[in-house]
Amino acid sequence: MSDIHPRRRGGFIEHTLEGLRSAMERAIYAEASASRTGVLQRLDPRVKVAGILALIVSVALAAKLWLIAAVLMLAIVLAAVSAIPIGVLASRAWLGALIFSGVIAVPALFLTPGTPFHGMPITLQGLRTASFLMLRTGTATTLMLVLAYTTPWTHILKALRIFRVPVVFVVILGMTCRYILLMLETAHEMFESRQSRTVNRMTPAESRRLAVSSSGVLLHKTLHMSGEVYLAMQARGFRGEVYLLDDFRMRPLDWFALGAFATVAAVSILLGR
Amino acid sequence: MLFELDRLTYRYEGVTAVDDLSLAIAEGSRGVLLGANGSGKSTLLRLLDGLIFGQSGAILFRGEELCEDHLLDDAFALPFRRTVGMVFQNPDVQLFNPTVFDEVAFGPLQLRWPKNEIRDRVGEILDRLRIGHLKNRIPQRLSGGEKKRVALASVLVLDPAVLLLDEPTAALDPRSQSEVIDLMVEWGGGSKSVITATHDLGHLEDIADRCYVLDGGKLVAEGRPADILVNTGLLRRTNLIHAHRHGLFRGQAT
Repeated sequence: MSDIHPRRRGGFIEHTLEGLRSAMERAIYAEASASRTGVLQRLDPRVKVAGILALIVSVALAAKLWLIAAVLMLAIVLAAVSAIPIGVLASRAWLGALIFSGVIAVPALFLTPGTPFHGMPITLQGLRTASFLMLRTGTATTLMLVLAYTTPWTHILKALRIFRVPVVFVVILGMTCRYILLMLETAHEMFESRQSRTVNRMTPAESRRLAVSSSGVLLHKTLHMSGEVYLAMQARGFRGEVYLLDDFRMRPLDWFALGAFATVAAVSILLGR
Repeated sequence: MLFELDRLTYRYEGVTAVDDLSLAIAEGSRGVLLGANGSGKSTLLRLLDGLIFGQSGAILFRGEELCEDHLLDDAFALPFRRTVGMVFQNPDVQLFNPTVFDEVAFGPLQLRWPKNEIRDRVGEILDRLRIGHLKNRIPQRLSGGEKKRVALASVLVLDPAVLLLDEPTAALDPRSQSEVIDLMVEWGGGSKSVITATHDLGHLEDIADRCYVLDGGKLVAEGRPADILVNTGLLRRTNLIHAHRHGLFRGQAT
């Protein structure tokens, strides 16, 4: 009797399932958010793709922290007027950017030679380098998230084709998006099936073994499934080009927005030198 | 002839899925590729749809060779894709667009139909398959039966003259199975060619006027459904019936 432990709530499988569920929700949330009513949602996708990319370039070139912070503020305002809650920005853009760029930036605090900062074992120059890296990453991620949450994925792909991005690159991007969704779906099914057959509590070693073996199976399954999806696309006439029912049309608002994006990006580049 | 296969062989990962196969499928026929799991039915459908290509032998479609070079040419590929539609066994692989409406519009868009015609035609086909209320839903979030209908709609919207169906009733409840069978029988007023891969003998006489029995990638028999269904020796050899489970055939074994 005592050998069988009730399945612990919050075990490895449950955590994985929960993570996969929220990843799928995020993917679906992006499409739903893109069809909401907001300022950026009303703009032509070409304007958004060109404008956001111009802002990202200006951030990458900027040599002044206050300027990058100003572009970040602009991105937050754009998100707010496009019905993207600040909580979504914080959890899906800033947290990730903070963690990933933080891993690289933190050593710079201690290793960059220069003036000690208020008697601490970090230097002013190190702090400046780390701040640049983290702020640039956070701003670029926020801008990309604003683009992704206000523009349907297929519209972004079509806009890229209009800007002469090669077909191969656009097809790979499109397939990557589908591949990630398929991988999430397949992983979710695999872990649900595992959960239904798991009675005992898993030890950490068993959890690790499950994670490793699942990764291999998952990769194989999703590769196969992605191949099938591509065949199904080909069967309906797909030859690499992106066609949409919606025609892109530049209206006065789009021209105004394009001008505004171009001005802000140009001013940022000039001031940020 | 619609399709002519001449000593066609297709292998993958060391497995011969289609083995030196020769057969002819007539224009306007309702053919069934009959075989147990792993007999090569699905692979053969993909070969007929020009999605994969054999290592040896040839397929002719209305007298023209169906090969990779021809399918890279728009002049051949676009009319071919317009004429031949394929519904995959697993509807999930056919659903990759953000909404049901976009999914059904995908094929006509690729074939560059006028946009107004696409909107009208998609609306019609969704209503015909009684899934009009799902048009704004995310395809990945539908039930199995709904997904199958959307997958069917995404091909039928093209009104292809030749329809290739891979296990169209697999994993459907009895009512949905019956509706899909009715659709296949009525679709195109009987003037279209429909080639179905299945191992289900239950609806054979409804959906086929010609059967091609496959085993290990080889064509082992060809004939009218009525003749194939009474050949219990053949059905047992090809694992399509089980001697102890199919009471209908019990005592008739040859």
